[in-house]
Amino acid sequence: MPEQIKRLGLVIVIAIIAMVGLRSLFIPETFYEYGHYRGESLEDEAAYPARYAGHEACGDCHEAHREVINSSYHRNLNCEVCHGPGQEHIELGGDNKMPAPRERGYCLLCHSYLVSRPTGFPQVDPQLHNPGKLCFECHDAHDPRPPHSPTECRGCHRAIDSMKAVSLHAKLSCETCHRVDPKHKVDPRGNLPSKLMTQEVCVRCHAGPEGKAKGLPQIKSDTHGEMYLCWECHLPHYPQGE
Amino acid sequence: MVKKLDRRKFIERLLRMMPSCVLPLGLGLSTACRASAGKKNEGGSYYGMGVDVKKCIGCGRCVDACKNENNVSRQPFFFRTWIERYVIRRDGKVSVESPNGGIDGFPPLKERQGIMRSFFVPKLCNQCDKAPCVQVCPVGATYLSPEGIVLMDKDYCIGCRYCIQACPYGARYMHPKLRVADKCTFCYHRLKKGLRPVCVEVCPSQARVIGNINKVSSPLTRFRRINEIHLLKAGLNTEPKVYYAHLDGVVT
Ligand code: HEC
Ligand code: HEC
Ligand code: HEC
Ligand code: HEC
Ligand code: HEC
Ligand code: HEC
Ligand code: HEC
Ligand code: HEC
Repeated sequence: MPEQIKRLGLVIVIAIIAMVGLRSLFIPETFYEYGHYRGESLEDEAAYPARYAGHEACGDCHEAHREVINSSYHRNLNCEVCHGPGQEHIELGGDNKMPAPRERGYCLLCHSYLVSRPTGFPQVDPQLHNPGKLCFECHDAHDPRPPHSPTECRGCHRAIDSMKAVSLHAKLSCETCHRVDPKHKVDPRGNLPSKLMTQEVCVRCHAGPEGKAKGLPQIKSDTHGEMYLCWECHLPHYPQGE
Repeated sequence: MVKKLDRRKFIERLLRMMPSCVLPLGLGLSTACRASAGKKNEGGSYYGMGVDVKKCIGCGRCVDACKNENNVSRQPFFFRTWIERYVIRRDGKVSVESPNGGIDGFPPLKERQGIMRSFFVPKLCNQCDKAPCVQVCPVGATYLSPEGIVLMDKDYCIGCRYCIQACPYGARYMHPKLRVADKCTFCYHRLKKGLRPVCVEVCPSQARVIGNINKVSSPLTRFRRINEIHLLKAGLNTEPKVYYAHLDGVVT
C-alpha cells in the first residue's frame, strides 16, 4: 500500500474517533431516550410546581363556603378564579391572606353586557344596573341570587328576559306586547297567551302620533317591510339585532 | 494495467450493488414505522383539548390564570393562551381583536348596528402531532412528548427563533428573560400531578375540556362525539389536537 494512503487512513481514523468522542461529550446522556430530545427535560417540566390547587382542595377547610357555592348560580366557578392561586395558602394552612375582589369591575369582567357573549348568559348594563353601588351589597359573591325575584315572567322565560334586559326594548314590560291571562302563570300550557298576528303591536309606537311624540324611531308603516310581519325581520325581544 | 469492464460484468456488478442501496432505505423506513406506531402512547395518556366557542364568555380568566400558574410575563405579547373577539359585520367585513389577550376583559363594541354576529374564540398551542415547530428545531430542544404534548427544553434551546417563525398559529414567543422560546405545555406539570390545566380549571362556563384521546370514557372523547369538530388551519396537515366546537367558518 502506498505511504500516502496509509497516512490518509490514519487521519480518517483519528477524525472518526474525535467525532465520536466529541459527540458523546456534547450530547446529553438522556438524549434519544424517548426520541430526538433530552429525556430528562420531561422530568424537569413535570417538577415545575403548581400554584393553583384546584376546586376541590379549598373545601377541605372551607366546608361551609363550598356548601353554599355548590348550590348557587356560581357552582361552576373555581374559588381560585376570584381568590387567586391557592396552593401556597394551603401549604401554609391558611396563614397568608387571600385577596378577595370586592370592586364592581371584577364581577363585570363576566357580567357586563357584550354583544359577543352567548345569549342567555346573565349580563347587566353597568350604567343601568345600580351604578355606584358595590355588587356584593346586594349579591353575595358565593350565592349571587338577586335579593328579590325580578318580573314573574322571568321565572319561566329567562332567556327571553335576559335578552330583552340588555336590548333597546329593555324598558318595555312583557305585557306591553303580550296579553297574558293570569292563569298562564299557573297552568301555562292550558292558557297560552294568544299568538300575535298583526303589525299593530309595533306600529303603535313606531308609526303613529303616540310614538312620534315620544321621539321613538319611526317608519312608514304602509311601505316598510312590505307584506311581512315586523318580527319576520326584527327580533321583538332584541330589536337592534338582525 | 486497466481491467476491461465489459457490458456483462457491468450489469452484474450493478445488480449486486442494489441490495446494499436498499438496505439503509429499509432501515430508515422501519424506524419511521416504529416511530409512528408508538406515537399515540399505547396504554398511556395522549392528551387533547376541546373548546366550545359557544360557551366562551370572554372574561379572560384563563389568560390571567395561565400567566399566574406558568409565570408568563405580564407584559402584552407574551401569551400561552389568549382570547380573540370576532365581529362579523352585515357588509361581510370581519374584524378580530384581542386587547392584551383579553386578560382585562373586553370593552363594549362602539357600534350598536350593522353587526351580524360576534363571538369569542380562545386560542392556544394546538399541540400538533406533526408540529412544524418541532420539525424546524435544529437542536432537538422542542419535541412531541410521549403524551402528545409539544414541550420545550429550555436548557437546550439556542434561541434561534425558527420555531416561532414556523408556528402557523402564533402560539410561541421568546421568553423575555431567558431568551429562549416558550409555549403552552397543556400544564404538563399539573397533568402529571393529576390536576387539570389551569385554563380548564378556572373557566367559569366550562368552555374548555381536557382529556385522554386514548380512552373511550374521557370527557374529550365525549366532547368529540357529541359535537361537530373543527380544526384550525386543517389544510396545513399539522394534525392539531385542540378541537373546536361551534366554530364559525371565518375563524382561522
Ligand atoms: C389547610 C386548610 C385551608 C385550605 C385547604 C384553604 N384554606 Fe383558606 N383559610 C384557612 C384558614 C385557617 C383561614 C383563616 C385565616 C384567618 O382567619 O386569618 C383561611 C382564610 C381564607 C380566606 C379569607 C382571608 C381573609 O383575609 O379573610 C380566603 C378568601 C380563603 N381562605 C380562600 C381559600 C381558597 C380559595 C382556598 C382553596 C385554594 C383555601 N382558602 C384553602 C385555611 C385553609
Ligand atoms: C365570584 C367570585 C368568588 C368566588 C367564586 C369565591 N369567592 Fe370567596 N369571596 C369573594 C368575595 C368578593 C369575598 C369578600 C366578601 C365580603 O367581603 O363580603 C369573598 C370572601 C371569602 C372568604 C372570607 C370570609 C367571608 O365569607 O367573607 C372566604 C373564606 C372565601 N371567600 C372562600 C371561598 C371559597 C372556599 C370559595 C370556593 C368554594 C370561594 N370563596 C369562591 C368572591 C368569591
Ligand atoms: C369568572 C366569571 C364570573 C365572575 C367573576 C362572576 N360571575 Fe356571576 N356568574 C358567572 C356564571 C358562569 C354564572 C352562571 C350563569 C348561568 O347559570 O348560566 C353566574 C351567575 C350569576 C348571577 C345569577 C344571574 C341569574 O341567572 O339570575 C348573578 C346575580 C351573579 N352571577 C352575580 C355576580 C357577582 C355579584 C359577581 C361579583 C362578586 C360575579 N357574579 C362574578 C360567572 C361569573
Ligand atoms: C342595589 C342592589 C344591587 C346591586 C348593587 C347590584 N345588583 Fe345585580 N341585581 C339586583 C336585583 C334586584 C336583580 C334582579 C332584578 C333585575 O334584573 O334587575 C339583579 C340581577 C342581576 C343579574 C341577573 C340579570 C339577568 O339578566 O340574569 C346579574 C348578572 C347581576 N344582577 C349582576 C350584578 C353585578 C355584576 C353587580 C355589580 C356591578 C350588581 N349586580 C349590583 C340588585 C343589585
Ligand atoms: C309557570 C311558568 C310560566 C310563567 C310564570 C309564564 N310563562 Fe309564558 N309560557 C310558559 C310555558 C310552559 C309556555 C309554553 C311554551 C311552549 O309550548 O313551548 C309559555 C308560552 C308563552 C308564550 C308563547 C305562546 C305561543 O304562542 O307559543 C308567551 C308569549 C308567553 N308565554 C308569555 C308570558 C308572559 C308575558 C309571562 C309573564 C306575564 C309569562 N309567559 C309567564 C310558562 C310560563
Ligand atoms: C316589543 C314587544 C314585545 C315585548 C316587550 C315582549 N315580546 Fe315576546 N314576543 C313578541 C312578538 C312580536 C313575538 C312573536 C314572535 C314570533 O312569532 O316569532 C313574541 C314571542 C314571544 C314568545 C314565543 C316565541 C319565542 O320566542 O319563544 C315568548 C315565550 C315571549 N314572546 C315571551 C316574552 C316575555 C317573557 C317578555 C317579557 C320579558 C316578552 N315576550 C316581551 C313581542 C314582544
Ligand atoms: C311601547 C312602545 C314600543 C313598542 C310597542 C315597540 N317598540 Fe320598538 N322601540 C321602542 C323604543 C323605546 C325603542 C328604543 C329607541 C331608542 O332608544 O333608540 C325601540 C327600538 C326599536 C328598534 C330599533 C331601532 C334602531 O334604532 O335600531 C326596532 C327595530 C324596533 N324597536 C322594532 C320593534 C318591533 C318589531 C316591535 C313590535 C314587535 C316594536 N318595536 C314594538 C318602543 C316600542
Ligand atoms: C322585510 C324585512 C322587514 C320588515 C317586515 C320590517 N322591517 Fe323594520 N327594518 C328592516 C331593515 C332592513 C331595517 C334597517 C334599514 C333601514 O334603516 O331601513 C329596518 C329598520 C327599522 C326601524 C329603525 C328605523 C330607524 O330609523 O332607525 C324600525 C323602528 C323598524 N324597522 C320597525 C319595523 C316595524 C314596526 C315593522 C312592522 C310594521 C318592520 N320594521 C318590518 C327590515 C324590515
